Amino acid sequence: MPVALADADRALLSGTSGDGAALAMRLVVRAAEAQDADRLIPITRAHVDSCLYHGQASLDFVRRLGEGGAQVSVPTTLNTGAVDLLHPELWRGDEATAARGRELMEAYRALGCRPTFTCAPYQVADARPAFGEQVAWGESNAIAFCNSVLGARTERYGDFIDVACAIVGRAPDAGLHRTDGRRAVVVLRLAADVPDELLSSDVLYPVLGIVLGRRAGSRVAAIDGLPPNLDEGRLKAICAAAASSGAVAMFHVVGSTPEAATLDDALYGGEPEETVEVKLEELRAARDSLSDAAARPGSPIGAVSLGTPHASLDELRAIADELEGDRVDSGVELLVSTGRTVLDVAEQEGVVERLRDAGAELLVDTCSYLGPILRPNALPTMTDSAKWAYYAPGNIGASVVFGSRTECLRSAVMGRVWRDDSLWGSR
Amino acid sequence: MGQPVIGRVLAPGSATAPALLLSEPLSLWGGLDPATGELIDAHHPQHGAQVGGRVLVMPAGRGSSSSSSTFAEAARGGTAPAAIVLGEPDMILAIGAAVADELYGIRIPVVVVPPVELAAIGDGVLVTISEVGEVTLG
Repeated sequence: MPVALADADRALLSGTSGDGAALAMRLVVRAAEAQDADRLIPITRAHVDSCLYHGQASLDFVRRLGEGGAQVSVPTTLNTGAVDLLHPELWRGDEATAARGRELMEAYRALGCRPTFTCAPYQVADARPAFGEQVAWGESNAIAFCNSVLGARTERYGDFIDVACAIVGRAPDAGLHRTDGRRAVVVLRLAADVPDELLSSDVLYPVLGIVLGRRAGSRVAAIDGLPPNLDEGRLKAICAAAASSGAVAMFHVVGSTPEAATLDDALYGGEPEETVEVKLEELRAARDSLSDAAARPGSPIGAVSLGTPHASLDELRAIADELEGDRVDSGVELLVSTGRTVLDVAEQEGVVERLRDAGAELLVDTCSYLGPILRPNALPTMTDSAKWAYYAPGNIGASVVFGSRTECLRSAVMGRVWRDDSLWGSR
Repeated sequence: MGQPVIGRVLAPGSATAPALLLSEPLSLWGGLDPATGELIDAHHPQHGAQVGGRVLVMPAGRGSSSSSSTFAEAARGGTAPAAIVLGEPDMILAIGAAVADELYGIRIPVVVVPPVELAAIGDGVLVTISEVGEVTLG
């Protein structure tokens, strides 16, 4: 069925607002067709991921928009770019690549987007959508967070289509924008053999996210059997991991997320098409899959990367507290990524100074797995992020050891892998 | 030649190339190196396979929202798959193909066929895709 367009949509298509807006509208219509949407709906905000440089095509596209006179029509935040504009000295690659990355970031700012350059726009106070708000967000972890944790509504918008929606202020009426698209169809239930100590540890949540992505694929899932009222840090870790190992754009956590006070609420009173019991063994295997098998406890490490997705203020405070009185080993680079708006507040609070005193480096606007930022090093990098562990080997050739924040920080101080296996049961 | 299957067209174009059958969905970002056309997702069963020039056959797209960019960049550099055949619709791949067409006039078909038809495509089999989304094997 063809997409029904309003007069204003047709006017954009015909170029009355310029060639850039016409191109944007053609893409939105194409997206609507791909999703079988029969109409477009208004959106109130956008988060644009297209500002990360992936090659000449990234620049060719934004230049086409800019030369065509396009501007975003709704408040729009920007995702991470290729370089840290505030700390350019952290870039270790060639200057030409950095220049193209910068040019792209600036070009999106010139379209009227706000230069937040963070993969965690939900941590930018005045950019958080309200429950039920219709938005168009890019960046897989942010999409999952927007739908699952905030209860705002976005589809899985990718590069190009995110800014296209921001320019026309419209999105296809499909998928997770619609109430019927948000019903859980698969249930993941934590098995009785998962120890309580693990359920109450941060380290479980990125690992559970990996399992969720593998089990759910692109389906909406409900997770049952977790402690109620999980904090945003744990939910964020599930989001980032599940959107890496699967195409998860929304899930419910019974007792924690806003559309799942009960399992029945998440299922809209219906029956799931599948119920999966998640046993300790599956969690252990998922955890092991995130680490290079050659790196054993006691192996030397070259770096520790925290803050993927970008660390929140609470997370920065927790890292500073855990490092209090300690100093990162001289052979280890400890890099903590965060957003520039969070960094501002952390600086005022003195958290940044405490982190730097302990030997940590702060990175904003980008992420350490996106390009040549970490010191060249043959030794493994430790991370508490399942997403980092998932993508860094392919992206930057890193060897990775996954662990909790505490395991990462203790390892950073010791200069060697330290992990507490007791949480995961004896083998 | 087998009987053509009529696929749903997410991006129009025509192509003939051998199938690269993926047993799991692939995110092109972090999964395809646009410089070489190689499958670089270390967690993927077909890690190391050459994607460029093949008809990529997979049950679904997956993961990162940057895959549209990777797709357009690979198209620009000549390392993209010749076509993509999916078991379910994927807006991110449809948009990547649309932008490759808008910017460079390069048309890479993306079509969706029913899962049972997808399962009938063997690895290495010659696949032909027509402008209207007919998928023919052999």
